[in-house]
Amino acid sequence: MLTVTDLTKQFGGFTAVNRVAFELQEGELLGLIGPNGSGKSTIFNLIAGTLPPTAGSILFRGREISGQNASRVAHFGIARTFQIPRPFRRLSIQENVALAAYYGQEARPSREQAFAQAKEALELVGLPADSAARADGLGAAGLKKLELARALATRPQLLLADESLGGLDHAEMDQAADMLAGIRDKRGISIIWVEHIMGVLMRVVDRCIVLDHGEVIAAGRPDEVAHDRKVIEVYLGTDAGDVQATVAARTG
Amino acid sequence: MEFFDIFLLEAVINGLLLGGVLALLALGLNLIFGVIDVVWICYAELVMIGMYAVYYTHNVFGWPLWLAMLVAILSVAALGAVLHQFVIRPVLAAEPINQLLVTGGVLFFLQAAATLVFGVEFRNIGVSLPALQFGGMYLSFARLIAFLVALGGMVGVYLFLTRTYVGTAIRAISQDRAIMPLMGVNANRIFVITSALGGGLAGLAACLLVLQYDIHPAIGLTFGPITFIIVVLGGLGNMLGGFIAAFIFAQFISVGGYVLHIEWGYVLAFLFFIAMMFWRPQGILGGK
Repeated sequence: MLTVTDLTKQFGGFTAVNRVAFELQEGELLGLIGPNGSGKSTIFNLIAGTLPPTAGSILFRGREISGQNASRVAHFGIARTFQIPRPFRRLSIQENVALAAYYGQEARPSREQAFAQAKEALELVGLPADSAARADGLGAAGLKKLELARALATRPQLLLADESLGGLDHAEMDQAADMLAGIRDKRGISIIWVEHIMGVLMRVVDRCIVLDHGEVIAAGRPDEVAHDRKVIEVYLGTDAGDVQATVAARTG
Repeated sequence: MEFFDIFLLEAVINGLLLGGVLALLALGLNLIFGVIDVVWICYAELVMIGMYAVYYTHNVFGWPLWLAMLVAILSVAALGAVLHQFVIRPVLAAEPINQLLVTGGVLFFLQAAATLVFGVEFRNIGVSLPALQFGGMYLSFARLIAFLVALGGMVGVYLFLTRTYVGTAIRAISQDRAIMPLMGVNANRIFVITSALGGGLAGLAACLLVLQYDIHPAIGLTFGPITFIIVVLGGLGNMLGGFIAAFIFAQFISVGGYVLHIEWGYVLAFLFFIAMMFWRPQGILGGK
Protein backbone atom coordinates (compact mmCIF):
# COMPACT_ATOMS: atom_id res chain seq x y z
CA MET A 1 0.00 0.00 0.00
CA LEU A 2 2.99 2.26 0.57
CA THR A 3 5.98 2.34 -1.75
CA VAL A 4 8.92 4.52 -0.78
CA THR A 5 11.61 4.96 -3.43
CA ASP A 6 14.94 6.77 -3.22
CA LEU A 7 13.67 8.97 -0.40
CA THR A 8 16.25 11.60 0.55
CA LYS A 9 16.18 14.51 2.96
CA GLN A 10 19.02 16.96 3.41
CA PHE A 11 19.20 19.69 6.02
CA GLY A 12 21.82 22.00 4.60
CA GLY A 13 24.86 19.81 4.11
CA PHE A 14 23.61 17.08 6.42
CA THR A 15 21.85 14.11 4.87
CA ALA A 16 19.32 12.84 7.41
CA VAL A 17 17.71 10.31 5.09
CA ASN A 18 19.69 8.86 2.20
CA ARG A 19 17.99 7.04 -0.69
CA VAL A 20 15.72 5.00 1.53
CA ALA A 21 13.44 2.52 -0.18
CA PHE A 22 10.95 0.10 1.27
CA GLU A 23 7.50 -1.25 0.71
CA LEU A 24 4.62 -1.81 3.08
CA GLN A 25 1.98 -4.43 2.39
CA GLU A 26 -1.72 -4.04 3.14
CA GLY A 27 -2.36 -4.96 6.78
CA GLU A 28 1.33 -5.30 7.63
CA LEU A 29 2.94 -4.33 10.92
CA LEU A 30 6.39 -3.06 10.04
CA GLY A 31 9.05 -2.12 12.58
CA LEU A 32 11.41 0.75 11.89
CA ILE A 33 14.41 0.74 14.18
CA GLY A 34 17.81 2.30 14.49
CA PRO A 35 19.97 4.30 16.89
CA ASN A 36 19.13 7.89 17.81
CA GLY A 37 19.53 10.23 14.88
CA SER A 38 19.36 7.45 12.31
CA GLY A 39 16.49 9.18 10.47
CA LYS A 40 13.43 7.31 11.74
CA SER A 41 11.45 10.36 12.79
CA THR A 42 12.51 12.25 9.68
CA ILE A 43 11.07 9.46 7.53
CA PHE A 44 7.80 9.80 9.45
CA ASN A 45 7.83 13.54 8.91
CA LEU A 46 8.39 13.03 5.19
CA ILE A 47 5.55 10.53 4.85
CA ALA A 48 3.15 12.60 6.98
CA GLY A 49 3.87 15.73 4.97
CA THR A 50 5.35 17.69 7.85
CA LEU A 51 8.59 18.05 5.87
CA PRO A 52 9.03 18.07 2.09
CA PRO A 53 11.59 15.53 0.84
CA THR A 54 14.70 16.67 -1.04
CA ALA A 55 14.25 13.85 -3.52
CA GLY A 56 12.41 10.57 -3.96
CA SER A 57 8.88 9.37 -4.16
CA ILE A 58 6.24 8.17 -1.71
CA LEU A 59 3.34 6.32 -3.31
CA PHE A 60 0.36 5.69 -1.06
CA ARG A 61 -2.22 3.42 -2.70
CA GLY A 62 -0.98 4.49 -6.11
CA ARG A 63 -1.04 8.20 -5.30
CA GLU A 64 2.12 10.32 -5.09
CA ILE A 65 1.99 12.00 -1.68
CA SER A 66 5.52 13.35 -1.25
CA GLY A 67 5.57 17.09 -0.75
CA GLN A 68 1.81 17.31 -0.09
CA ASN A 69 0.34 19.34 2.78
CA ALA A 70 0.13 17.52 6.08
CA SER A 71 -3.61 18.18 6.31
CA ARG A 72 -4.16 16.60 2.89
CA VAL A 73 -2.02 13.60 3.73
CA ALA A 74 -4.16 13.15 6.84
CA HIS A 75 -7.26 13.12 4.65
CA PHE A 76 -5.68 10.48 2.38
CA GLY A 77 -5.72 8.18 5.40
CA ILE A 78 -2.35 8.49 7.11
CA ALA A 79 -2.15 9.29 10.82
CA ARG A 80 0.83 9.59 13.11
CA THR A 81 1.62 9.65 16.80
CA PHE A 82 4.56 11.38 18.43
CA GLN A 83 7.31 9.98 20.54
CA ILE A 84 6.55 12.61 23.17
CA PRO A 85 2.75 12.77 23.30
CA ARG A 86 1.43 16.13 22.17
CA PRO A 87 -2.19 16.31 23.29
CA PHE A 88 -3.98 19.64 23.62
CA ARG A 89 -3.44 19.78 27.34
CA ARG A 90 -6.12 22.29 28.21
CA LEU A 91 -8.77 20.47 26.18
CA SER A 92 -10.70 17.56 27.60
CA ILE A 93 -9.77 14.01 26.66
CA GLN A 94 -12.98 13.71 24.71
CA GLU A 95 -12.46 17.03 22.90
CA ASN A 96 -8.96 16.00 21.88
CA VAL A 97 -10.19 12.88 20.15
CA ALA A 98 -13.46 14.30 18.80
CA LEU A 99 -11.53 17.10 17.12
CA ALA A 100 -9.40 14.56 15.29
CA ALA A 101 -12.49 12.57 14.32
CA TYR A 102 -14.20 15.66 12.96
CA TYR A 103 -11.36 17.15 10.94
CA GLY A 104 -9.48 13.97 10.11
CA GLN A 105 -11.63 12.97 7.18
CA GLU A 106 -12.21 14.84 3.98
CA ALA A 107 -15.97 14.33 4.18
CA ARG A 108 -16.81 15.95 7.53
CA PRO A 109 -18.88 13.66 9.73
CA SER A 110 -21.81 15.05 11.65
CA ARG A 111 -21.31 16.19 15.23
CA GLU A 112 -22.80 12.94 16.54
CA GLN A 113 -20.81 10.74 14.17
CA ALA A 114 -17.59 12.40 15.24
CA PHE A 115 -18.46 11.81 18.89
CA ALA A 116 -19.27 8.17 18.14
CA GLN A 117 -15.93 7.73 16.36
CA ALA A 118 -14.11 9.40 19.23
CA LYS A 119 -15.83 7.06 21.68
CA GLU A 120 -14.87 4.03 19.60
CA ALA A 121 -11.22 5.15 19.41
CA LEU A 122 -11.06 5.82 23.14
CA GLU A 123 -12.54 2.41 23.92
CA LEU A 124 -10.06 0.76 21.59
CA VAL A 125 -7.11 2.13 23.56
CA GLY A 126 -8.82 1.62 26.92
CA LEU A 127 -9.54 5.19 28.02
CA PRO A 128 -12.92 6.30 29.43
CA ALA A 129 -15.00 7.28 26.42
CA ASP A 130 -16.89 10.26 27.80
CA SER A 131 -14.14 11.85 29.82
CA ALA A 132 -14.55 15.58 30.37
CA ALA A 133 -11.31 15.56 32.37
CA ARG A 134 -8.52 17.68 31.00
CA ALA A 135 -5.83 15.87 29.06
CA ASP A 136 -3.04 17.22 31.27
CA GLY A 137 -4.40 15.15 34.14
CA LEU A 138 -3.25 11.93 32.46
CA GLY A 139 -0.05 10.11 33.37
CA ALA A 140 2.64 9.01 30.90
CA ALA A 141 0.89 5.79 29.88
CA GLY A 142 -2.48 7.57 29.62
CA LEU A 143 -1.03 10.30 27.41
CA LYS A 144 0.38 7.69 25.05
CA LYS A 145 -3.03 6.06 24.85
CA LEU A 146 -4.65 9.42 24.15
CA GLU A 147 -2.11 10.11 21.43
CA LEU A 148 -2.99 6.78 19.83
CA ALA A 149 -6.75 7.33 20.21
CA ARG A 150 -6.44 10.70 18.52
CA ALA A 151 -4.62 9.18 15.57
CA LEU A 152 -7.15 6.34 15.28
CA ALA A 153 -10.09 8.74 15.39
CA THR A 154 -9.06 10.14 12.01
CA ARG A 155 -9.86 6.67 10.58
CA PRO A 156 -6.46 6.06 9.06
CA GLN A 157 -5.50 3.20 6.73
CA LEU A 158 -1.89 3.68 7.67
CA LEU A 159 -0.71 4.50 11.15
CA LEU A 160 2.78 5.89 11.74
CA ALA A 161 3.36 5.06 15.39
CA ASP A 162 6.31 6.84 16.98
CA GLU A 163 6.08 4.94 20.21
CA SER A 164 8.96 5.44 22.49
CA LEU A 165 8.10 3.12 25.33
CA GLY A 166 11.14 4.20 27.31
CA GLY A 167 9.14 5.66 30.19
CA LEU A 168 7.05 2.56 30.75
CA ASP A 169 7.63 -0.58 32.81
CA HIS A 170 7.78 -4.05 31.26
CA ALA A 171 4.09 -4.88 31.69
CA GLU A 172 3.07 -1.53 30.18
CA MET A 173 5.46 -2.02 27.27
CA ASP A 174 4.02 -5.42 26.44
CA GLN A 175 0.53 -4.00 26.77
CA ALA A 176 1.41 -1.22 24.33
CA ALA A 177 2.90 -3.68 21.85
CA ASP A 178 -0.15 -5.92 22.08
CA MET A 179 -2.39 -2.91 21.60
CA LEU A 180 -0.70 -2.01 18.32
CA ALA A 181 -0.91 -5.59 17.10
CA GLY A 182 -4.57 -5.65 18.19
CA ILE A 183 -5.35 -2.50 16.24
CA ARG A 184 -3.85 -4.05 13.13
CA ASP A 185 -5.80 -7.28 13.65
CA LYS A 186 -9.15 -5.73 14.57
CA ARG A 187 -9.22 -2.69 12.32
CA GLY A 188 -7.03 -3.86 9.47
CA ILE A 189 -4.87 -0.74 9.75
CA SER A 190 -1.35 -1.06 8.36
CA ILE A 191 1.23 0.17 10.84
CA ILE A 192 4.80 1.39 10.73
CA TRP A 193 6.17 1.34 14.23
CA VAL A 194 9.25 3.26 15.36
CA GLU A 195 10.72 2.12 18.64
CA HIS A 196 14.13 2.25 20.29
CA ILE A 197 13.68 -0.79 22.44
CA MET A 198 14.12 -3.56 19.94
CA GLY A 199 13.04 -6.48 22.10
CA VAL A 200 9.47 -5.19 22.55
CA LEU A 201 9.10 -4.46 18.88
CA MET A 202 10.52 -7.75 17.66
CA ARG A 203 7.88 -9.62 19.61
CA VAL A 204 5.00 -8.42 17.42
CA VAL A 205 6.15 -7.03 14.04
CA ASP A 206 5.88 -8.95 10.75
CA ARG A 207 9.01 -7.43 9.29
CA CYS A 208 11.46 -4.82 10.29
CA ILE A 209 13.80 -2.31 8.74
CA VAL A 210 16.99 -1.16 10.42
CA LEU A 211 18.34 2.31 9.77
CA ASP A 212 21.76 3.75 10.47
CA HIS A 213 22.91 7.23 9.50
CA GLY A 214 19.86 7.69 7.29
CA GLU A 215 20.39 4.47 5.32
CA VAL A 216 18.70 1.10 5.41
CA ILE A 217 21.27 -1.43 6.63
CA ALA A 218 19.00 -4.42 6.99
CA ALA A 219 15.43 -5.47 6.31
CA GLY A 220 13.54 -8.68 6.82
CA ARG A 221 11.75 -10.92 9.31
CA PRO A 222 12.64 -10.37 12.99
CA ASP A 223 14.70 -13.58 13.20
CA GLU A 224 16.74 -12.59 10.15
CA VAL A 225 17.36 -9.08 11.38
CA ALA A 226 18.28 -10.15 14.92
CA HIS A 227 21.06 -12.35 13.53
CA ASP A 228 22.27 -9.86 10.94
CA ARG A 229 25.97 -9.20 11.50
CA LYS A 230 25.76 -5.51 10.64
CA VAL A 231 22.74 -4.92 12.88
CA ILE A 232 24.48 -6.56 15.80
CA GLU A 233 27.56 -4.47 15.15
CA VAL A 234 25.98 -1.00 14.92
CA TYR A 235 22.88 -1.39 17.00
CA LEU A 236 22.36 -4.41 19.16
CA GLY A 237 25.85 -4.86 20.55
CA THR A 238 25.75 -6.80 23.79
CA ASP A 239 21.93 -6.89 23.77
CA ALA A 240 21.99 -9.17 20.73
CA GLY A 241 21.50 -12.31 22.81
CA ASP A 242 18.38 -10.95 24.56
CA VAL A 243 16.77 -9.83 21.32
CA GLN A 244 17.55 -13.14 19.63
CA ALA A 245 16.01 -14.96 22.56
CA THR A 246 12.85 -12.84 22.32
CA VAL A 247 12.50 -13.62 18.64
CA ALA A 248 13.21 -17.31 19.21
CA ALA A 249 10.56 -17.47 21.95
CA ARG A 250 8.07 -15.98 19.53
CA THR A 251 8.73 -18.18 16.55
CA GLY A 252 9.33 -21.27 18.62
CA MET B 1 -17.90 62.68 53.64
CA GLU B 2 -20.75 60.60 54.96
CA PHE B 3 -20.48 56.84 55.19
CA PHE B 4 -22.69 56.06 52.22
CA ASP B 5 -21.78 58.19 49.25
CA ILE B 6 -24.32 57.91 46.45
CA PHE B 7 -21.98 59.53 43.94
CA LEU B 8 -19.27 57.05 44.75
CA LEU B 9 -21.75 54.27 44.07
CA GLU B 10 -22.62 55.99 40.81
CA ALA B 11 -18.94 56.07 39.89
CA VAL B 12 -18.59 52.37 40.74
CA ILE B 13 -21.57 51.45 38.58
CA ASN B 14 -20.37 53.63 35.72
CA GLY B 15 -16.98 51.95 36.00
CA LEU B 16 -18.68 48.58 35.81
CA LEU B 17 -20.52 49.64 32.67
CA LEU B 18 -17.32 51.01 31.10
CA GLY B 19 -15.58 47.75 31.98
CA GLY B 20 -17.97 45.78 29.76
CA VAL B 21 -16.86 47.50 26.55
CA LEU B 22 -13.21 47.43 27.54
CA ALA B 23 -13.54 43.71 28.26
CA LEU B 24 -15.05 43.19 24.81
CA LEU B 25 -12.13 45.00 23.17
CA ALA B 26 -9.63 43.06 25.25
CA LEU B 27 -11.33 39.78 24.33
CA GLY B 28 -10.90 40.40 20.61
CA LEU B 29 -7.24 41.32 20.96
CA ASN B 30 -6.59 38.38 23.31
CA LEU B 31 -8.33 35.93 21.04
CA ILE B 32 -6.12 36.88 18.12
CA PHE B 33 -2.93 36.95 20.14
CA GLY B 34 -3.79 33.73 21.93
CA VAL B 35 -4.35 31.84 18.70
CA ILE B 36 -2.07 33.48 16.14
CA ASP B 37 0.61 34.84 18.49
CA VAL B 38 0.55 38.24 16.84
CA VAL B 39 -0.55 41.42 18.62
CA TRP B 40 -2.71 43.58 16.41
CA ILE B 41 -1.50 47.01 17.51
CA CYS B 42 -4.02 48.39 15.00
CA TYR B 43 -6.99 46.74 16.74
CA ALA B 44 -8.62 50.00 17.83
CA GLU B 45 -8.27 51.34 14.29
CA LEU B 46 -10.52 48.50 13.16
CA VAL B 47 -13.01 49.84 15.69
CA MET B 48 -12.62 53.28 14.12
CA ILE B 49 -13.37 51.88 10.66
CA GLY B 50 -16.42 50.14 12.12
CA MET B 51 -17.66 53.43 13.60
CA TYR B 52 -17.36 55.08 10.20
CA ALA B 53 -19.17 52.13 8.64
CA VAL B 54 -22.11 52.74 10.98
CA TYR B 55 -22.02 56.47 10.27
CA TYR B 56 -21.94 56.15 6.49
CA THR B 57 -24.54 53.43 6.12
CA HIS B 58 -26.90 55.02 8.64
CA ASN B 59 -26.44 58.78 8.26
CA VAL B 60 -25.30 59.06 4.65
CA PHE B 61 -27.08 56.16 2.95
CA GLY B 62 -30.03 56.36 5.32
CA TRP B 63 -30.19 52.69 6.24
CA PRO B 64 -31.87 51.73 9.51
CA LEU B 65 -29.48 51.73 12.45
CA TRP B 66 -29.69 47.97 13.13
CA LEU B 67 -28.81 47.22 9.51
CA ALA B 68 -25.99 49.78 9.58
CA MET B 69 -24.59 48.06 12.66
CA LEU B 70 -24.85 44.64 11.07
CA VAL B 71 -23.00 45.95 8.03
CA ALA B 72 -20.34 47.44 10.30
CA ILE B 73 -19.79 44.16 12.16
CA LEU B 74 -19.59 42.15 8.95
CA SER B 75 -17.28 44.59 7.18
CA VAL B 76 -14.85 44.80 10.09
CA ALA B 77 -14.93 41.00 10.31
CA ALA B 78 -14.04 40.88 6.61
CA LEU B 79 -11.33 43.47 7.20
CA GLY B 80 -9.91 41.25 9.95
CA ALA B 81 -9.77 38.27 7.59
CA VAL B 82 -8.12 40.38 4.87
CA LEU B 83 -5.64 41.76 7.38
CA HIS B 84 -4.62 38.25 8.32
CA GLN B 85 -4.42 36.89 4.81
CA PHE B 86 -2.42 39.73 3.27
CA VAL B 87 -0.50 41.32 6.15
CA ILE B 88 -0.07 38.82 8.99
CA ARG B 89 0.25 35.58 7.03
CA PRO B 90 3.41 36.63 5.16
CA VAL B 91 5.13 37.50 8.48
CA LEU B 92 3.87 34.56 10.56
CA ALA B 93 7.35 33.06 10.76
CA ALA B 94 9.08 36.43 11.24
CA GLU B 95 10.49 37.88 14.44
CA PRO B 96 7.84 39.20 16.87
CA ILE B 97 9.23 42.72 16.53
CA ASN B 98 8.64 42.64 12.77
CA GLN B 99 5.09 41.44 13.30
CA LEU B 100 4.54 44.28 15.74
CA LEU B 101 5.96 46.82 13.29
CA VAL B 102 3.75 45.51 10.50
CA THR B 103 0.55 45.89 12.52
CA GLY B 104 1.85 49.29 13.71
CA GLY B 105 2.18 50.22 10.06
CA VAL B 106 -1.40 49.17 9.48
CA LEU B 107 -2.41 51.47 12.37
CA PHE B 108 -0.91 54.53 10.66
CA PHE B 109 -2.16 53.40 7.27
CA LEU B 110 -5.75 53.12 8.52
CA GLN B 111 -5.54 56.46 10.34
CA ALA B 112 -4.13 58.24 7.31
CA ALA B 113 -6.55 56.56 4.94
CA ALA B 114 -9.48 57.52 7.19
CA THR B 115 -8.27 61.13 7.28
CA LEU B 116 -8.05 61.24 3.49
CA VAL B 117 -11.33 59.50 2.82
CA PHE B 118 -13.52 60.67 5.69
CA GLY B 119 -11.85 64.00 6.56
CA VAL B 120 -10.83 65.26 9.98
CA GLU B 121 -14.27 66.52 11.05
CA PHE B 122 -15.86 64.97 14.11
CA ARG B 123 -18.94 63.00 13.07
CA ASN B 124 -21.82 61.88 15.14
CA ILE B 125 -24.60 59.47 14.30
CA GLY B 126 -27.06 61.83 15.97
CA VAL B 127 -28.57 59.22 18.24
CA SER B 128 -28.60 60.46 21.79
CA LEU B 129 -29.84 58.15 24.44
CA PRO B 130 -31.18 59.61 27.67
CA ALA B 131 -29.43 59.35 31.00
CA LEU B 132 -31.19 57.00 33.36
CA GLN B 133 -32.12 58.34 36.73
CA PHE B 134 -32.11 55.66 39.34
CA GLY B 135 -32.36 56.33 43.06
CA GLY B 136 -30.61 59.69 42.81
CA MET B 137 -27.91 58.39 40.47
CA TYR B 138 -27.43 59.26 36.84
CA LEU B 139 -26.35 56.38 34.66
CA SER B 140 -25.65 56.51 30.95
CA PHE B 141 -28.24 54.46 29.06
CA ALA B 142 -25.80 54.07 26.16
CA ARG B 143 -23.25 52.61 28.56
CA LEU B 144 -25.81 50.27 30.05
CA ILE B 145 -26.70 48.96 26.58
CA ALA B 146 -23.03 48.68 25.72
CA PHE B 147 -22.39 46.74 28.92
CA LEU B 148 -25.22 44.28 28.31
CA VAL B 149 -24.43 43.75 24.63
CA ALA B 150 -20.73 43.35 25.38
CA LEU B 151 -21.53 40.70 28.02
CA GLY B 152 -23.84 38.99 25.54
CA GLY B 153 -21.11 39.07 22.89
CA MET B 154 -18.61 37.55 25.29
CA VAL B 155 -21.01 34.77 26.27
CA GLY B 156 -21.55 34.14 22.56
CA VAL B 157 -17.81 33.84 21.96
CA TYR B 158 -17.47 31.53 24.94
CA LEU B 159 -20.21 29.24 23.66
CA PHE B 160 -18.72 29.30 20.16
CA LEU B 161 -15.29 28.34 21.48
CA THR B 162 -16.55 25.55 23.73
CA ARG B 163 -19.53 24.10 21.85
CA THR B 164 -18.48 23.96 18.20
CA TYR B 165 -15.78 22.05 16.36
CA VAL B 166 -14.39 25.21 14.81
CA GLY B 167 -14.26 26.80 18.27
CA THR B 168 -12.58 23.71 19.73
CA ALA B 169 -10.08 23.81 16.86
CA ILE B 170 -9.39 27.47 17.67
CA ARG B 171 -8.64 26.57 21.29
CA ALA B 172 -6.57 23.60 20.19
CA ILE B 173 -4.47 25.52 17.70
CA SER B 174 -3.63 28.08 20.36
CA GLN B 175 -1.98 25.27 22.33
CA ASP B 176 -0.10 23.44 19.60
CA ARG B 177 0.00 24.93 16.14
CA ALA B 178 2.28 22.40 14.49
CA ILE B 179 0.23 19.33 15.23
CA MET B 180 -3.10 20.54 13.85
CA PRO B 181 -2.44 19.71 10.17
CA LEU B 182 -1.79 16.07 11.14
CA MET B 183 -5.42 15.87 12.17
CA GLY B 184 -6.51 17.18 8.81
CA VAL B 185 -6.98 20.76 9.97
CA ASN B 186 -6.01 23.53 7.58
CA ALA B 187 -4.31 25.85 10.08
CA ASN B 188 -4.58 28.94 7.94
CA ARG B 189 -8.34 28.53 7.66
CA ILE B 190 -8.62 28.47 11.41
CA PHE B 191 -6.43 31.60 11.58
CA VAL B 192 -8.63 33.41 9.06
CA ILE B 193 -11.77 32.44 10.98
CA THR B 194 -10.17 33.64 14.23
CA SER B 195 -9.15 36.92 12.61
CA ALA B 196 -12.65 37.43 11.25
CA LEU B 197 -14.08 36.70 14.70
CA GLY B 198 -11.64 39.18 16.29
CA GLY B 199 -12.58 41.72 13.62
CA GLY B 200 -16.27 41.07 14.23
CA LEU B 201 -15.77 41.79 17.94
CA ALA B 202 -14.07 45.08 17.00
CA GLY B 203 -17.10 45.80 14.79
CA LEU B 204 -19.45 45.04 17.68
CA ALA B 205 -17.44 47.34 19.95
CA ALA B 206 -17.67 50.02 17.25
CA CYS B 207 -21.48 49.77 17.28
CA LEU B 208 -21.50 50.28 21.04
CA LEU B 209 -18.94 53.10 21.12
CA VAL B 210 -20.60 55.01 18.30
CA LEU B 211 -23.51 55.58 20.69
CA GLN B 212 -21.23 57.34 23.15
CA TYR B 213 -18.42 59.00 21.20
CA ASP B 214 -17.92 61.22 18.21
CA ILE B 215 -16.15 59.63 15.28
CA HIS B 216 -12.83 60.95 13.97
CA PRO B 217 -9.78 59.32 12.37
CA ALA B 218 -7.78 59.30 15.63
CA ILE B 219 -10.54 57.87 17.83
CA GLY B 220 -8.61 54.61 17.94
CA LEU B 221 -6.01 56.26 20.15
CA THR B 222 -8.69 56.72 22.81
CA PHE B 223 -9.12 52.94 23.17
CA GLY B 224 -6.09 51.33 21.58
CA PRO B 225 -3.52 51.91 24.31
CA ILE B 226 -6.02 51.13 27.09
CA THR B 227 -7.04 47.89 25.42
CA PHE B 228 -3.43 46.88 24.97
CA ILE B 229 -2.60 47.69 28.59
CA ILE B 230 -5.61 45.72 29.83
CA VAL B 231 -4.57 42.72 27.78
CA VAL B 232 -1.04 42.87 29.21
CA LEU B 233 -2.41 43.44 32.72
CA GLY B 234 -4.58 40.33 32.46
CA GLY B 235 -1.79 38.23 30.96
CA LEU B 236 -1.21 38.28 27.20
CA GLY B 237 -3.52 35.80 25.50
CA ASN B 238 -5.40 34.99 28.71
CA MET B 239 -9.04 35.76 27.95
CA LEU B 240 -10.28 35.43 31.51
CA GLY B 241 -7.38 37.57 32.75
CA GLY B 242 -8.26 40.27 30.22
CA PHE B 243 -11.87 40.18 31.37
CA ILE B 244 -10.94 40.72 35.01
CA ALA B 245 -8.32 43.35 34.17
CA ALA B 246 -10.84 45.34 32.12
CA PHE B 247 -13.13 45.74 35.12
CA ILE B 248 -10.29 46.61 37.51
CA PHE B 249 -8.94 49.17 35.08
CA ALA B 250 -12.37 50.68 34.50
CA GLN B 251 -12.86 51.09 38.26
CA PHE B 252 -9.59 53.00 38.53
CA ILE B 253 -10.67 55.31 35.74
CA SER B 254 -14.19 55.82 37.05
CA VAL B 255 -13.75 55.89 40.82
CA GLY B 256 -10.35 57.59 40.60
CA GLY B 257 -11.92 60.18 38.33
CA TYR B 258 -14.67 60.78 40.85
CA VAL B 259 -12.53 60.94 43.99
CA LEU B 260 -9.83 63.15 42.45
CA HIS B 261 -10.45 64.57 39.04
CA ILE B 262 -11.58 63.04 35.79
CA GLU B 263 -8.10 63.05 34.24
CA TRP B 264 -6.59 61.69 37.44
CA GLY B 265 -8.60 58.55 36.97
CA TYR B 266 -6.44 57.68 33.96
CA VAL B 267 -3.27 58.65 35.81
CA LEU B 268 -4.17 56.32 38.67
CA ALA B 269 -5.08 53.54 36.28
CA PHE B 270 -1.74 53.79 34.47
CA LEU B 271 0.17 54.04 37.77
CA PHE B 272 -1.57 50.87 38.86
CA PHE B 273 -0.54 49.24 35.60
CA ILE B 274 3.11 50.27 36.03
CA ALA B 275 3.16 49.02 39.61
CA MET B 276 1.62 45.73 38.53
CA MET B 277 4.23 45.28 35.85
CA PHE B 278 6.90 45.34 38.55
CA TRP B 279 4.99 43.04 40.84
CA ARG B 280 3.45 40.63 38.31
CA PRO B 281 4.99 41.20 34.88
CA GLN B 282 3.26 38.06 33.58
CA GLY B 283 -0.15 39.65 34.26
CA ILE B 284 -2.89 38.97 36.79
CA LEU B 285 -3.61 35.43 35.64
CA GLY B 286 -0.37 34.83 33.78
CA GLY B 287 0.17 34.83 30.06
CA LYS B 288 -0.16 32.08 27.52
